[in-house]
Amino acid sequence: MNAARVLILALTLCWVGAAAADVAVPPLTGRVVDLTGTLSSDDIAAQSQRLKDLEKRKGSQVAVLMVPTTQPETIEQYSIRIAEAWKIGRKKIDDGALLVIAKNDHKLRIEVGYGLEGALTDVTARRIIDEVIAPRFKSGDFAGGVDAGITRIISVIDGEPLPLPAPEASHGQDFDNWIGFFNPINPFFIIGVAAVGAILRGLLGRLIGSAATGCAIGALAWYLLGSIAIAGVLGSVISVLVFFGDSILAASQNAGRAAGRSGRGGGWVGGSYSGGGGWSGGSSSSDSDSGFSGGGGSFGGGGASGSW
Amino acid sequence: MRRFMMVLAALATLSLTNCGYNAIQSNDEQVKSNWSEVVNQYQRRADLVPNLVNSVKGFAQQEKDVLLGVTNARAKVGSIQATPEVLNDPAAFQKFQAAQGELSSALSRLLVVTENYPQLKSDALFRDLMSQLEGTENRITVARNRYIKSVQDYNVIIRSFPTNLTAMAFGYKEKPNFTVENVKEISTAPKVDFNPAPAPAPAK
Repeated sequence: MNAARVLILALTLCWVGAAAADVAVPPLTGRVVDLTGTLSSDDIAAQSQRLKDLEKRKGSQVAVLMVPTTQPETIEQYSIRIAEAWKIGRKKIDDGALLVIAKNDHKLRIEVGYGLEGALTDVTARRIIDEVIAPRFKSGDFAGGVDAGITRIISVIDGEPLPLPAPEASHGQDFDNWIGFFNPINPFFIIGVAAVGAILRGLLGRLIGSAATGCAIGALAWYLLGSIAIAGVLGSVISVLVFFGDSILAASQNAGRAAGRSGRGGGWVGGSYSGGGGWSGGSSSSDSDSGFSGGGGSFGGGGASGSW
Repeated sequence: MRRFMMVLAALATLSLTNCGYNAIQSNDEQVKSNWSEVVNQYQRRADLVPNLVNSVKGFAQQEKDVLLGVTNARAKVGSIQATPEVLNDPAAFQKFQAAQGELSSALSRLLVVTENYPQLKSDALFRDLMSQLEGTENRITVARNRYIKSVQDYNVIIRSFPTNLTAMAFGYKEKPNFTVENVKEISTAPKVDFNPAPAPAPAK
């Protein structure tokens, strides 16, 4: 086999290992997701509006999910799974809260993100559940219970000093999307760079062409990722590879001993794991009509559960 | 010259993957940080214990053995230093897990006892402490789950070919995982006894 083909094949193979299976989670169609049909659309609209105002005012995201049951999982297991999938709350600030109601199980839980645990402590969440929401649920007033619960949660969050909401979408999400593309094991990236490198090398000569390619890719990486270190390393590695690019391609025409040596090199590369990570991460926005999507916040299992 | 250049190019491509060395490093760091989170949450639980014991004492002084059991278990937990080196020593990891398991059983014995004291259960301070304890137990569970996942990722890399060669070359071993502490106990079905419990001994 030719050296270059073996290398490319090996690199493609190690990219394949990254695919991750997703567990089924209800789609985030809005701030209030009711899969049991208990809340009227007016209620849902009014509650969503209040939560939207909270987000505009404080930046913190709160969502409500009502499901018939969480079996076979406990409500704690279910809530943390949903919270990790929806990623409510701003990235790095983690100021999200999720109210999960399992109607047929008669259980509910307030899942609190890391950043809100100072204001919405376990005790506070438990009190909200016991004093405000559960009594109303016991008498069958679900809309009223959710309303009152949201009111309390909003007033608790309002009292907490949080970083101000950003006027536009945060740069952080772009990073997640682009780092997958710029990861050196991504074959699309390799092919793209090889093509650009070949063109520039043809136009400007070997040395200048490879330097120009390195600079161009480095500048693009710096613009999109915001990190000079990554851009610098990436640019220099790419200029070296482009410089030797035609050696790699020329060697592919001479089969034989040379191919044998670099074939083994390709085998080493085949086992790489780090390449795939960039793809399975990435943007959290889902197919939501109201345009609401999680901000990348994370959860640690804080909050409280209750029943009625 | 051409062949030399080609070998150089192959090595340059290899350097992109570092034979898995960087992957091992990043997974190792992930395991360590998840372990720190687990230790953090266990510490949080241990910190709740003195307040819990005091609030129970106010209503149920006669339950001395149970309270003493909880206090001793907490002291034992405090004496074990859970540094990241614990991850490289399976015996120390076992000791840590055993101590935490003892505190868990002491706490559940305490909770069973408090069922007999309705005044205690309606006390506001006790209720707050209970919700804090429940929250902490949930956080421990979440932290353990994340630790287990990261250990799985790390162990898979350590054991997969060809990164296991890099791991052996640099001396990276598998990291310990959480096991169920009382496997024998839970493999026998619990006895359900509906006879009324004997009345508690009168206070001295």
